[in-house]
Formats: sequence, structure tokens, C-alpha cells
Amino acid sequence: MTADSTSLLFGKLTLEAIPYHEPILVATFIGVAIGGLAVLGALTYFRLWGYLWTEWFTSIDHKKIGIMYIVFAIIMLLRGFADALMMRFQQAIAFNGHEGYFPPHHYDQIFTAHGVIMIFFVAMPFVTGLMNFVVPLQIGARDVSFPFLNNFSFWMTVAGGIIVMISLFVGEFAKTGWLAYPPLSDITYSPDVGVDYYIWGLQIAGIGTLLSGVNLIATILKMRAPGMSMMKMPVFTWTAFCTNVLIVAAFPVLTAVLALLTLDRYVGTHFFTNTDGGSAMLYVNLIWIWGHPEVYILVLPVFGIFSEVVSTFSAKRLFGYTSMVYATVVITILSYIVWLHHFFTMGSGASVNSFFGITTMIISIPTGAKMFNWLFTMYHGRIKYEVPMLWTIGFMVTFVIGGMTGVLLAVPPADFVLHNSLFLIAHFHNVIIGGVVFGVFAGINFWFPKAFGFRLNAFWGKMSFWFWFIGFYFAFMPLYVLGLMGVTRRMSQFEDPSLQIWFVIAAFGAFLILLGIGSFIIQIAYSIWKRDELRDETGDPWNGRTLEWSTSSPPPAYNFAFTPVVHEVDQWWFMKQNGYKRPLSGFIPIHMPKNTGTGAIIGGLSVVFGFAMVWHIWWLAIASFVAIVAVTIVHTFNYNRDFYIPAEEVNAVEARRTQMLPAE
Amino acid sequence: MASHAHSNAHGDHGHHDHDHHGSHANHGTFGSYMTGFVLSVILTAIPFWLVMGNVIADKQVTAILIMGLGLVQIVVHMIFFLHMDTKSEGGWNMMALLFTVVLVLITLSGSLWVMHNLNAYMMPTQMTPEAAKQLP
Repeated sequence: MTADSTSLLFGKLTLEAIPYHEPILVATFIGVAIGGLAVLGALTYFRLWGYLWTEWFTSIDHKKIGIMYIVFAIIMLLRGFADALMMRFQQAIAFNGHEGYFPPHHYDQIFTAHGVIMIFFVAMPFVTGLMNFVVPLQIGARDVSFPFLNNFSFWMTVAGGIIVMISLFVGEFAKTGWLAYPPLSDITYSPDVGVDYYIWGLQIAGIGTLLSGVNLIATILKMRAPGMSMMKMPVFTWTAFCTNVLIVAAFPVLTAVLALLTLDRYVGTHFFTNTDGGSAMLYVNLIWIWGHPEVYILVLPVFGIFSEVVSTFSAKRLFGYTSMVYATVVITILSYIVWLHHFFTMGSGASVNSFFGITTMIISIPTGAKMFNWLFTMYHGRIKYEVPMLWTIGFMVTFVIGGMTGVLLAVPPADFVLHNSLFLIAHFHNVIIGGVVFGVFAGINFWFPKAFGFRLNAFWGKMSFWFWFIGFYFAFMPLYVLGLMGVTRRMSQFEDPSLQIWFVIAAFGAFLILLGIGSFIIQIAYSIWKRDELRDETGDPWNGRTLEWSTSSPPPAYNFAFTPVVHEVDQWWFMKQNGYKRPLSGFIPIHMPKNTGTGAIIGGLSVVFGFAMVWHIWWLAIASFVAIVAVTIVHTFNYNRDFYIPAEEVNAVEARRTQMLPAE
Repeated sequence: MASHAHSNAHGDHGHHDHDHHGSHANHGTFGSYMTGFVLSVILTAIPFWLVMGNVIADKQVTAILIMGLGLVQIVVHMIFFLHMDTKSEGGWNMMALLFTVVLVLITLSGSLWVMHNLNAYMMPTQMTPEAAKQLP
């Protein structure tokens, strides 16, 4: 075959793209291959493929999709954390002329992959998964507004994740940092496929994120139980609502910016190039218009989780519900007028910098109000130190420190000293780990019994918390110190041996966090093993306050046999106080949507499309794109979309629940 | 109280099956679609005429006019084709529109301000690279 026809068939893809000459990657590949084969083999041996396909992959039940989001996020957390661990050990040993074990070009890919994976494929699916699972239950709905769209969104997110993961073993990932600033990410300076993997992974996952945002907004606005006015919505639903508004408003900006970068790379336009009138600074400006709301997209729902946890485990209604809602809305709007604080040093004048510095400082006011609301909720409460509450208290301590360093960074002159230093790295890990990650673990421990009908083991939960909590301080406090001394981020080796001790301490912290993640995995495995002892038959293990605790655990497919009528913010608490009796008869058939494989199929085709675009395999890109359109059109002709759960079945399910509940 | 909640729950069953039939969304009439169509055609024809016929000598004025007509056309589409008014969907459509307009304004004016500022500080028009090297 001639070179021409080879490139026609395979585009830029050659055997050289497989990194068989990099021992670290070969070892990783062997590990992944053995592990993957073991999982696939086990699935085949236990004949689980059919079960997984019919009960999970094609499911359009918001609860199962939520759980799948979280499983996906946990898997990606392991990948992202492996990157983190490797970087910490690299930096701990790369002193005195020792180059460490990563060549710089490989190290650059790792810090990029770490950032991209942790934000887009760990934090986002965790948060989306929790919102998916909890919001319909909290508002007394049977599913989200567009159940199929929900399944489709999930598979698009997974497709993006798969594309990023493929880059590990075929070709390479971007070496540009997680936001791929041009001109470095332009074709001139990044001629290889790394940035293309980045672009297509994010674009495809972005479709899923955007559509799931639309879906949840529609759900919250249109499907609340009768009586639930906006100001009677549970706080988590409120924060989920604001987050999804942010998603719908912000993600199109990311899509547009990446599309322009794609044009620069693929067809030679000059939006962000150094030459021919391009402006790389415009890219930085635009991507942070998405990027700053993004951090609030992550942290707002987590504030909601903490609100639910604090009031539940203090056995009190949340202090200052109204102020909490207004604080959330104010943060939603303010998050749009602070983006420039990410590039104070790019060269704007004092007027611009001081405007954005002040708006940034103002955001700490509603956030501080929330902090006081949680404290006042705990004040005079009967606090139970269950695992979710531990995460919450850990968050309150840690997040305040992160918030204060944030206000410090908001002062433009201080930012000129600290910009791009490890101080910044310490700050945003401080708020993302101390906020988002702690919150997600609080949420998982809090709602796990609702999802599966048994609680998570408390001992391993506490182990996980303490390892994470202490590990965090060991890993990131040294980075504050190093940042103040002027050490910049993204370095693969260092000259000054006096710095080494701090990196060794940070690496020890990362090791403690490894133990924390290990404990979390053990916690899940051990709890599944001991599930009969941890069984919760009441559906309300924590003496909860909102409607999700009024159903059985796990909830039936239809969530609520009868749509509840809402009188109070803490509706379930109100019902319990007033001697609520479950209806035992009079069930009617329930109208439900049917499962469909279309979402998974389009997700799979999107992976092929993304891969083809990355490697310039045009025929495959065209074929897979046509296939995506064809599958979509065929799906619109599928009129067999819904069914009724017969009244007898509802009756049987509810009767089983009646038997489980203690007689009153 | 309990029996009250209970009977209410019974009274509301099947709520979700019916609400999408009961919405009172405005789907427009033939006349309103025609009005929208004609207005759109006029608003599209004027920019073409302005450009093709070289009506106004100043290019910048023409560009601004075209942008303005585009904005008007957006409003026409929203009223006649998307059936938006202050009351549709219980006011949420209006709320969403206002929010969008505010965000678009923030994004556009903010970006213009930032980029203009950068341009003013970092691209001094009077200075050549040689002159810049001579600076203290």
C-alpha cells in the first residue's frame, strides 16, 4: 500500500502512535488490560451483560442514571488520582539534577489529563449524578422531564471520558494545561493529536452536560409536586436549579470557544493564532467566561448537600432558608462578573483589575452567609456525628481556609505575586477538595441507603474521612508555603534542594489521600458484603426531612404511588409530625417511559466519530456522523415509548413495603 | 391533618399524566405567523438593500444599522414564532429571557471592555519594536 492510501484509510494514525517505546505506559497498559479482561471475563462468566444492558445501560430511570453517573465518576477518580499521585512523587524526587521518572513531555500530559479528568469527568458526573438521583425524589416527581434525554446525556458524558482515556494508549494527550491556552494549543506549537483528543472529548461530553442541564431545569420548573412553590423547594433542589441555569448559560461559551480553536487547528483560521490578526488573549477571556461559572456549577449543589446534611443530623430545620436561597441566587449571578480574576496579570489596566477584584471579594459575602446559616443550624441542635456530618464539619473548617486564600488572591497586587504559583494550586484544591469532594462524599454516604436499601459501613467511612481530611492538609499546606516562596506550578523538576522537604511532605499527604480513597472502596465493598446487617427497611434511616425519605429504599421505579401534596419546606418532617399514614389501597396504573438503547448506541458512535476526527480519518468521521443522524431519525419513529405499570403490580410493591415497615 | 394530606394525595393522583394536556400555551394563528414572516422579510431585505445599493456612504453607519435591524428581528422572532410574552409559562419565559439578556450584555460588554483595555495598554500605536527596546 502506498503512503497516500494508508493515510486515506487511517488518517494520521500509524503504528508509531502506539507508545510501546514508553515503559511506563506499557506497564500501565498491561495493568489496565489484565484488569479490564478480568472484569469483562467476570461479567461474561456470571452472564451479567444482558442484565447490565436491559436493567442499567438502556434504563431511563433517573435513579439508575444517577447511580451510573456516580460509578463513572468513581472510576475516573481513580484515573485522575493516579495522575495526581504520580505527579506528587515525581516532584518529590526530581531534585539535584535527578530528572524523576517522567520525561517533561510525558509530565505535561499528566498534569493536563489530571485537571481535565478531575473537573469534567469526576466532579461534574459526581454532581450531575447526585442531582439526577435526588432532585426528582425531593420534588415528588416520578422521573425527570425528558427521561430518554437523560440517558442520552449520560452516554455522551461517558463517550467524552472514553475519548480522553483512549489518548493514554493511542497517541497522546494535550500538553497544554487543562484549559489549552493558545498559542500553545494552536497547530503551530501543538502539531500532534493531544489537543484534538482534548477538544473532541470535551465537546462530546459537553453536549451531555448541556442537555442534562436543560432537562433538570425543566424538571424542577414543571414537575414539582402540587403545593411545592419555589420557596418550598428543598435547598438541594434550589442549588441544583441554580447550577443547571449556570450550566445552560455557560457551557455554550465553552462549546463556541473550543469550536473556534478547532477551526484554527483544522481549517487554518486565525481566531487565536499569533499571526494574521488572531488574539490568544481573546481565548483566555472567553474560556474564563465559562470557566468561572463552572466552579460554581460544581460547588453550588454541594452547598445544597451540606444544607440537607446539617439540618438532618442536627434534627432542626435549616436556619435561614430564605437567606440560603437568596445567597444561592446572588452567587449564581455574581459568578458571571468575576471571570477576569483568573488573568489579572494578562495586562489589563488598574480600572479593569480593580473592578473584577472587588466583584470577586463581594462573592465571599453570600458564601459567608451560608457558612453562618450552617453554624446556626448546628447551634442548639442535637448533632449526630454520622459520616455525612463528619464530612460536613470537615468541609466547614477546610473551605473557610480556602475561601480566605481566595479573597487574598482577589487582591490584584497580591495576585501579581501569586499568579501561576503553587499558592494558587493550593487555593483551588483547597476549595475543590474541601468543598466539592467532601460534599460529594457526604452526599454519597447520606443518600446511599436511599439508593440501595442499606447503609454504608460507618467505620470505613470514618477511616476514609480522616485519611482524606488529614491527607488534604499534608498535601496542600506545603504548597501554600512553596507558592509564597515563589515556586511556579507545572514544573517537572527543581533546582533548589531546600524546597524538597515540602514536596516530600506533600507527597506524604497524597499517600494519605490514597489511603482515604482505598478506605472508601473498602467501605463500599464491605458494606455490600455486610448488607444484611446494614439493611434499612424503613426508607428513612437518618430521620430525614425531605420527600425522598418518604419512599422505600430503594424507591420503586415509579418513586411515589401517589403524588404527594406539599405544605412545608421540610415536607416529610411535617408529615411525620402530623401522623402521616401511607395510603394502602386505591392504587391505579402508573404511566412510565420505556427503556431504550438509543442513548448508548449514539454514545458509542460518538466515540468513533471523535476518534476519527482526532486522527483525521475522514471517511470514518463521515460514516459515524451519518450513522448518528440515522439512529436519531430512526429513534424519532419509535412510537413504542411508554407503558403502564399495572395497578396490581403497584399494589404488590406497596404491600411488600407495608410488611417491611414496623407496625404502628 | 393526616387524613387531609391523605385524601389530597388521592385527589391528585395521575396529576403528571394530565398536566401537559392542560397547558394553555399560545400556539399562534395563521395571521400572527404571516405578520411575523412579512416583518422578517422586510427586516432582512433592508440590510441587503443597504449593502447592495450603497445607500449610505459611511460603512460604519451601515454596519451599525444592520446590527440594529438584526436586534429588531430577534424580537420579532421571539414574539411571533416563539410566542413569548410576559405571561407564557407562568412568567418563566420572560424571566429566562431577561436573565439571558443580562448575561449576554455582561459577556459582550465585559469582553469588549477587557479586550479594549488590553489593546490600549499592550499595543501602543505610537511605538515601534525598536522604540520599545529603547525604553528604560
